[in-house]
Amino acid sequence: MAVASSSRRGDRIYRGVAAAAGIGVALIALGVGVSLVASSWPSIREFGLSFLVTDRWSPVTEQFGALSSVYGTLVSTVIALVLAVPLSLVIALFLVELAPPWLARPVGAAIELLAAVPSIIYGMWGLFVFAPFMAEHVQPALKGALGFLPLFEGPPMGIGMLTAGIILALMVLPFVTAVMRDVFTMVPPVVKEASYGMGSTTWETTRKVTVRYGFSGLIGAVFLGLGRAVGETMAVTFVIGNSHDISVSLNAAGNSIASTLANEFTEASEPMYLSALVELGLVLFLITVIIQVGAQIWIGRTVKRAGGGL
Amino acid sequence: MKRRPNTFRKLQDLFVKVLSSAAALLGIFFLGWILFEVGKRGLGAFDAAFFTSLPAPPGAEGGGLANAILGTLIITAIATVIGVPLGIMAGVYLAEVARGTKRAAAVRFVVNAMMGLPSIIVGLFVYTLLVLPFGRFSGFAGAVALAIIMLPVVARTADDMLSLVPSSLREAALALGAPRWRVTFAIVFRAAKAGLVTGVLLAIARVSGETAPLLFTALNSVYWPSSLMEPMGNLTVTIFNYAMSPYEDWQRAAWGASLLIMAAVLGTTLLARFVFKEKKR
Repeated sequence: MAVASSSRRGDRIYRGVAAAAGIGVALIALGVGVSLVASSWPSIREFGLSFLVTDRWSPVTEQFGALSSVYGTLVSTVIALVLAVPLSLVIALFLVELAPPWLARPVGAAIELLAAVPSIIYGMWGLFVFAPFMAEHVQPALKGALGFLPLFEGPPMGIGMLTAGIILALMVLPFVTAVMRDVFTMVPPVVKEASYGMGSTTWETTRKVTVRYGFSGLIGAVFLGLGRAVGETMAVTFVIGNSHDISVSLNAAGNSIASTLANEFTEASEPMYLSALVELGLVLFLITVIIQVGAQIWIGRTVKRAGGGL
Repeated sequence: MKRRPNTFRKLQDLFVKVLSSAAALLGIFFLGWILFEVGKRGLGAFDAAFFTSLPAPPGAEGGGLANAILGTLIITAIATVIGVPLGIMAGVYLAEVARGTKRAAAVRFVVNAMMGLPSIIVGLFVYTLLVLPFGRFSGFAGAVALAIIMLPVVARTADDMLSLVPSSLREAALALGAPRWRVTFAIVFRAAKAGLVTGVLLAIARVSGETAPLLFTALNSVYWPSSLMEPMGNLTVTIFNYAMSPYEDWQRAAWGASLLIMAAVLGTTLLARFVFKEKKR
């Protein structure tokens, strides 16, 4: 009996520790929200809702508005997704449908390695290698071809919204590709074979069968990329230009919520300045929570419908 | 379905095939471009002093990043010591203790969402928790921030890997009279070892290249790490400061630090893939 009771005590401890760890991790997420609200309370009380709709950012007069940062976050994210989603789709298509296995594996591994490169390395490379390349080749070419649009106004400085968006696209590409590849592999072969049997080409089968079959999974992949791009910090901080002005031109310098935090946080000596920066973080936190919860619910629904296939 | 001439369809198909091959090539090209530039510019910064000396003021001869290298190792090690056991126990909770319950589903939901939390937000959180009350930046706060970033990654892979272990193994051990905790740690863990190691390695790789959370917590320092409660030098924040500086020798050192970090992170990532593959075979 002694053995049984000691093992029962062991099991109680085991369950207790595991539950504390599991629930503790979840509580940290709650703690993040609570602590951000608490630390940004002075700024929330001072500026109220106008924080979100004014673009004035002046530490000297202690006037703070998040608009330019929110705008920059959204624009750079949209550029990233516009570039990364179609690219990921065709790369996943290449990996699953076109490349022979001996080629698909190393190519897939190389794409995945793009995800392992630290954000700060993208920043270094972006600032010293890619931005000059943009300034010399890409931006002048865009200006020549599409200069009549206000989107490409201004001198080609290399850094700016467009460069940040392109580097972000590169960074989210491996994540989106990985999910899309999984979605493609999960389409039952018999469905595709039926399509091929009717004489469809690879592209027709992909567009009309595979993509439709896995559509909700593909949306999940976009969510994942969205979540990544919105909160990416270091790479963006290096190349976005860090200006609180809002400009239509993609060549112009801008900022994002994350880049503002990275740049200004250690300079913020006044309590109100600090509080405003934390409130900026709170806004980013809320944006990511909405994206993540949305993605989870979306994926959960998909799993139910597909019977656990995804 | 509307019929189109065959040649058009075939041309369209060929176009997409070429396009998707080109896209894959583009991805590899960018990876190669980054690796090449960091390798080329980073190697030039390496000399004996780089690994053994403290930073020198801009323009001065010599100087290295030995303190930052050590600091990064210390911060990452402490983060691992805090984050891995906690993360694995959270995974045990999800996969073993509360398996199939509503509460486990709720915790899993939150953990999944946490994986998408930007690391800079975690840094901000730890700042309000461990820096503001104590009035100073510290290496310890940096380690806690990295540990929090590791937690959901470790917990999720542990959850996945433990769930893959067949129930018959647990039942057999339980039938022999083994207590639950021994079944988990002696039987299930052994079966899931490769997966757990992979998850831990990937989590370490992920946080050792982190910069943003350290900006608000460990900050940086030009001295040898002396206390965990002081700001601590580290490679990534050094890269950030040096790269943004106008001094050429500082920028050179930043490239060296980049190469070091990149080699460590990519090496760990490849090692993790290797461990996992060995097991599968």
